Amino acid sequence: MSEPLKKDLLGLDGVSADDINTILDTAKSFKEISHRRVKKVPALRGKTICNLFFEPSTRTRASFELAEKRLSADAVNISKSGSSVAKGETLRDTAENLQAMMIDVIVIRHSASGAPHFLASLLNASVINAGDGAHEHPTQGLLDIFTLREKFGDLKGKKITIIGDITHSRVARSNIYGLVTLGANVTVCGPPTLMPARVSELGVDVETNLRRAVTDADAVNVLRIQLERQKVNLFPSLAEYADVYGINSERLKWMKPDCLIMHPGPMNRGVEISQDVADGRQAVILEQVTNGVAIRMAVLYLLCGGVQLTKPDDVIEAAEEKEDTKVS
Amino acid sequence: MQDLTKWQGEREYIIANVIVVDPEKGSKTEGHVGIREGKIVFVEPGDPDLASIPLFDGRGLHLSPGFVDIHVHFREPGYEYKETIRTGSMAAAAGGFTSVACMPNTNPAIDEKNVVEFILRKAAEAGFAKVYPVAAATKGRKGEKLSEYHDLVEAGAVAVSDDGSPVPTAQMVRRVMEYSSNFGIPFMEHCEDMSATADGVAREGFFSTKLGLRGVPAYSEEICLARDLLVLRSVPSKYHASHLSSRGSVQLVREAKKRGLPVTAETAPHYIYFDDSELETYDSCLRINPPIGDNEDRDTLIEALKDGTIDCIASDHAPHAAHEKQVEFEYAPPGAIGLQTTFAVIMTNLVRPGHLGLTDALSLITHKPARVIGIPAGTLGTGEAADLTLFDPDEEWVVKESSIVSKSKNSPWLGKKLTGKVKHTVLDGRVVTASLETNRVGG
Repeated sequence: MSEPLKKDLLGLDGVSADDINTILDTAKSFKEISHRRVKKVPALRGKTICNLFFEPSTRTRASFELAEKRLSADAVNISKSGSSVAKGETLRDTAENLQAMMIDVIVIRHSASGAPHFLASLLNASVINAGDGAHEHPTQGLLDIFTLREKFGDLKGKKITIIGDITHSRVARSNIYGLVTLGANVTVCGPPTLMPARVSELGVDVETNLRRAVTDADAVNVLRIQLERQKVNLFPSLAEYADVYGINSERLKWMKPDCLIMHPGPMNRGVEISQDVADGRQAVILEQVTNGVAIRMAVLYLLCGGVQLTKPDDVIEAAEEKEDTKVS
Repeated sequence: MQDLTKWQGEREYIIANVIVVDPEKGSKTEGHVGIREGKIVFVEPGDPDLASIPLFDGRGLHLSPGFVDIHVHFREPGYEYKETIRTGSMAAAAGGFTSVACMPNTNPAIDEKNVVEFILRKAAEAGFAKVYPVAAATKGRKGEKLSEYHDLVEAGAVAVSDDGSPVPTAQMVRRVMEYSSNFGIPFMEHCEDMSATADGVAREGFFSTKLGLRGVPAYSEEICLARDLLVLRSVPSKYHASHLSSRGSVQLVREAKKRGLPVTAETAPHYIYFDDSELETYDSCLRINPPIGDNEDRDTLIEALKDGTIDCIASDHAPHAAHEKQVEFEYAPPGAIGLQTTFAVIMTNLVRPGHLGLTDALSLITHKPARVIGIPAGTLGTGEAADLTLFDPDEEWVVKESSIVSKSKNSPWLGKKLTGKVKHTVLDGRVVTASLETNRVGG
């Protein structure tokens, strides 16, 4: 059985298709656990995990925390405000202090690209990137791919269009790396002001015209537009952005009737996505959220030395076996 | 091999059996160099026949004029925790440099006579290298008001620059050029359009996109350089473009030189050694301003060094304390140290691959930069100061933190294997490398 994750999960760039599939297969077996009456298995009993969030987050943080709890790990949460970070402590010191408390895994969200890499180079603990600057958000990429795979099976040749602020999006990058590795055809779409330099060299098609970008798409991943981008003149107004790139029911008509609509959240309803589309038949936005917990359970489990599973109860058996060997 | 260190303090001696490299003359011959009271008294081919004079046998070593670096940051006054004139001079000596020009982004800036005098006094007290202050082009490097060039030059400043920042407006550039021409000193520009840089931290390109680092377009440097070169057309004065990093800048300098404009230019070792693909490690020592370009920039800069478009190499030695650099990439202050690796990078990346012969390569850190700022260095002329560097061009070594003499250790070459090692540095006839070990501070 393969071990797809070594010490850290810093990004999907450079992760092989086999390894991605192993994570997804493991997540599949974990997904069922969240639907049980007792949503807990002892897979990570005795492991300590720290969720270190330097940026505000609701979804990702709750998702990691629930994943940790459902695997019976002990978790502590640290956020920027109200911690020593707010008092000017460096990331290095914060991390080394946590390591001195024998933390097994650190989940980090940080506004600076590469912060998890810096952390991983300092620590023996495993590091999971929960979003670094405009770089990567690998568990979001994995949960998006998981959701797509549930619908389509093999992603080879599927057309996935990512719409919005590609320059500043870590979600876009993780999706691009993972999807391209799995053989999907990725198109990125947005105004040229939100398109990073030489992005096509990541193996994607670049399209500034929304209609052309979404025609023939099997899924459209709509990115959140951040208000502060307007302040630095990346587009004139949210209203104009919505006019040109917003996904609404009119634009659904440009797409295949069964094209999936995804969004990593949090949504700006009425800006990048309209109310009816967000709540519509084609949207899988809440399924993404559900899948996020399973993906994070899988990543945590595999990082802590777990082997690939085929059915959920293997987890319990594996954990029990571990306990047994310890006792004897 | 004999130990040159015992000639420390000798009034008269001969360094014999060395390969004498004279970049100014373009010559490389086996010979010997006579030194008396800190001056070169003769440079002759073959074996010396003056048995009465103490003789150092330099067999296996090359000898060249002491190296010249016209762009270093010694941080004093104001940031002595990063570097001092003493520790910086020691790093210079360790790297084979006998003359360096230090930039004015200190605190206070080098914008008054007393700061120039302070630096010269500190440098003389340290005695490891000749330090030539570059004065602030504008008061406090604020870009608003001219500094007092007459006073500053009289005290010993050799050029003006607001390095760390560009001179902000075309009008101010014009004034700086006009006024500096009165003193025959060059204006050394830090080429950057701050509005184009915005909050960028890495050269905009494939790797900034891949790594999610905010990009600085190459035209940030080029716009500023182009503006200055246009002003220079109507204001004849000495203009020097510092630490050029982009192929577009090479093109601009090439065209300006073709027009006959009085422009000189420099690049830095990190721009010919690294390209932006190295940023994958997020090593904060590679956070440098201007940011490291792509492989095409690197290749074009090497071409420009070969064809003379770029006149010289300067380290842009920029020390920062460990606690400042051991942070997230974008939070790190820009800059890397380089005095102890510049020569080896030139050997490794220019000489070894055959881009330049040894003599031409050494001209980039001897008489050519000396000429830019008009200092008497980089020469083996009889009667000149005996500022000499003895080196082994072929020795391979790995850069280790323990061998860094500079107070700060922010070298992107740590762990890298380089070719070419400085063995002895002679300043006014004294072997300054001999006393480095006993004077080491920190690590």
